[in-house]
Amino acid sequence: MSEHPPTPPGSQDVLLEMRDIVKVFPGVVALDHARLTVMKGEVHAIVGQNGAGKSTLMKVLNGAYRKDGGTIVLDGREVDFITPHQAQVGGISTIYQEINLVPFRSVAENIFMGREPRRFGLIDWPRMNREAREILAHFGIQLDVKQPLLNLNVALQQMVAIARAVSFGSKLVIMDEPTSSLDEREVATLFDAIHRLKASGVSVIYISHRLDELHEVGDNITIMRDGQTIEETSLASVSKLEIVARMLGKNIGELRREGTTGFAERKVDIESAPFYRAAHIEAEPVLRDASVELRKGEILGLSGLLGSGRTELARILFGADKPDQGSLTLDGKPSPIASPRDAIREGIGYCSEDRKAEGIIPEMSVRENLTLAALPTLTKNGIIDPNEQQAIVDRFVALLSIKTSDVEQPISQLSGGNQQKVLLARWLCLNPRLLLLDEPTRGIDVGAKAEIHHLIETLADEGMSVLMITSEIEEIVEGSNRVTVLRDGQTVAEFDRAQIGQDAIIAAMAEGSDPMPDTVEV
Amino acid sequence: MSSVTSQLSSRSLSLTDLVRKSSQTERALFALIVLSLYNAFFTTNFLTVATLRVNLTQVATIVIVAVGMTFVIGSGGIDLSVGALMAISGALAPKIFTSQWGPLSNEWIGIPLAIVIPVLVAGAFGYFNGYLITKFSIQPIIATLVLFLGGRGIAKALSDGNLVEFNTPHFSYIGRGRPLGVPVQVILMIVIVIVAVWALRSTTFGRYVLAIGGNERAAELAGVPVTRVKRQIYVLCGLLAGLAGLIVVAINTSSDPYQVGDGMELDAIAAVAVGGTPLTGGHATVAGTVIGAFFIHQVRYTLISHGVPDGTTRMVIAAAILVAVLLQRPKAGWR
Repeated sequence: MSEHPPTPPGSQDVLLEMRDIVKVFPGVVALDHARLTVMKGEVHAIVGQNGAGKSTLMKVLNGAYRKDGGTIVLDGREVDFITPHQAQVGGISTIYQEINLVPFRSVAENIFMGREPRRFGLIDWPRMNREAREILAHFGIQLDVKQPLLNLNVALQQMVAIARAVSFGSKLVIMDEPTSSLDEREVATLFDAIHRLKASGVSVIYISHRLDELHEVGDNITIMRDGQTIEETSLASVSKLEIVARMLGKNIGELRREGTTGFAERKVDIESAPFYRAAHIEAEPVLRDASVELRKGEILGLSGLLGSGRTELARILFGADKPDQGSLTLDGKPSPIASPRDAIREGIGYCSEDRKAEGIIPEMSVRENLTLAALPTLTKNGIIDPNEQQAIVDRFVALLSIKTSDVEQPISQLSGGNQQKVLLARWLCLNPRLLLLDEPTRGIDVGAKAEIHHLIETLADEGMSVLMITSEIEEIVEGSNRVTVLRDGQTVAEFDRAQIGQDAIIAAMAEGSDPMPDTVEV
Repeated sequence: MSSVTSQLSSRSLSLTDLVRKSSQTERALFALIVLSLYNAFFTTNFLTVATLRVNLTQVATIVIVAVGMTFVIGSGGIDLSVGALMAISGALAPKIFTSQWGPLSNEWIGIPLAIVIPVLVAGAFGYFNGYLITKFSIQPIIATLVLFLGGRGIAKALSDGNLVEFNTPHFSYIGRGRPLGVPVQVILMIVIVIVAVWALRSTTFGRYVLAIGGNERAAELAGVPVTRVKRQIYVLCGLLAGLAGLIVVAINTSSDPYQVGDGMELDAIAAVAVGGTPLTGGHATVAGTVIGAFFIHQVRYTLISHGVPDGTTRMVIAAAILVAVLLQRPKAGWR
């Protein structure tokens, strides 16, 4: 893998060059001298984990954000777009995940919105409809352009968005996760459109977590991590496994390193029979055939790339979402869990990866946040027992060494790590038998991280089961007793303690090469 | 010259500081005290038992409705239907106690039922609000607009569109009775306020209300029965509005479907907002609401007793609400 762009900068064929792009948000460097080179008429893939800087880089490019440093050269001319509209006029169109068109207007109107062909000061409808038909026909699509956009399925709406971009005379079309809500046939239609764009000399930037797709449509790839460009190479020269390893910042064959996390070596006998199992779960639009089993006293690592369905599966285990297909079995019987409230009654807790949106109640105090899930147990006839409540709060603030000046302090004033501890305490005070932890250490400082690792382990030693979702491969490798790997909504591999290794997990995340062990039968 | 300017600016600075550090409820209380002092000096007969009693009698219905509204707003919702629910309950009560039908003609059966049934009916309409909001995910402002518009029509239908007058002293007791010299509705108000303060602070229900208002998704994932609690909140608000409707018709010894509770939804929302409960939910203060209700009532009383026309009175109340809401913005100050 070369560290240089496939074609040297300055070449005739370069359409876009972004150099040393810096973007700083309060407290975070989102882009740290990132670069990107896109050739004329190529499909250029960008990959990276959540927070790697892909979206920020695109927003700097299309004028949604102002850059704090660096240069952007488009077609040999330095540009600095201030608004997305300017970028569009300058030849850069962005097609977002959620399509930003007007559902109640006709297809033709959507394509020409803002630039309607006019005649005598009025919209020239016949011409507009005719030209809209022509543009769509160019992509091999024939439809009634007078019908409202909302009549079309998502894929066709995307086509309309692409047609709009083309009618602007765009030189570069940015597609951010375009296939995330498409089925296979629709994906094929989209790829066909991309090929046609390419054939007419338009470049495409293609952001996706679905690695298979990249090799199918892409020419070159830029891999980003922590706001930096890690690798620029041609897709033909790099395997999926290498891409994943670079995204995660690992070298293939790198030996398992000890001691980078707060997990110690655990040698515990895990009861062999699982008490909670999910088999062949399907749920639109992500999960396709996901299975997972949980045994008493184990830490199960649930691994997979972003968008592989980890969070979706955890939410189904917790009753927060309902599966379309598949079975959930708790204690040998069909699971009675239909809501988070049911799950809590069965002794299951869930810490969301999005602490702010799904965890804390910001206006409430540490005390009120900590006891929220436990209220039914602290209550007689609907009245909260203040002494029992205080006892629990005091015990867990001490046990988890939560740093707060006063338990009446609003939780929003605490640091991320301490907020997370309060949320863990919210479940621990219920003495659950299973805790579902989605990215439990995201956005937390190193010290608090180690404390939380240690805590998870202590709890498992005491017989609690933990399902741990994390993007940090060390946490999975060092913390888990077993690992289940998801890829594109499917369970593709399971490893037990002896088999757990970074390379095998990364391989499964990327390619699902490990044969699926025959562990699931219901 | 320069020393005067610096003195002035330092004084105004400390005043800004004071405003910034105080809570909205404290500011409302301060405004209420200033207004009361003004009235004590410049409004004739303000400091008499009779005036106090009249003011308390009039403010009681606002407080009772605004307490229910405090729970609704604390949960991040709003209820525009309270005035119409008052009219429904006020129209229903005379229907029952003036009925000549069998057991209802007996005062000992008719009057208790004329109190209980209208309140329960108003509560049922509150459940309807909550049902629309939770079942179909309709925004509270739209869902309660249905009864805001339609509820008065129901009240009109119940009273055949006419003002209904009655002379039933035992019923009118809830608006006109004065055990130990204290108006009955003032006693009701005090009891309701005490129970509401306690419920918000010390019951699971109160905690759930604020958790839903603070972060509904997080509350749901923490096992809060969001749907059930929301419906309970709107039922509570409906029950209190129903009670307030009865008090109004009891005072008037008549029920006018157009007049009972007219504009009450805005008075109640204003009392809640002025009192320091943010309209975004997650935090609520019943004591603040009581202060807010007294403040709004006294602004109106002051203006009316000084002969200011009704139109101007409304504008002044609107201005008072605007100021209160501006002060509520996070990190109060001008942008």
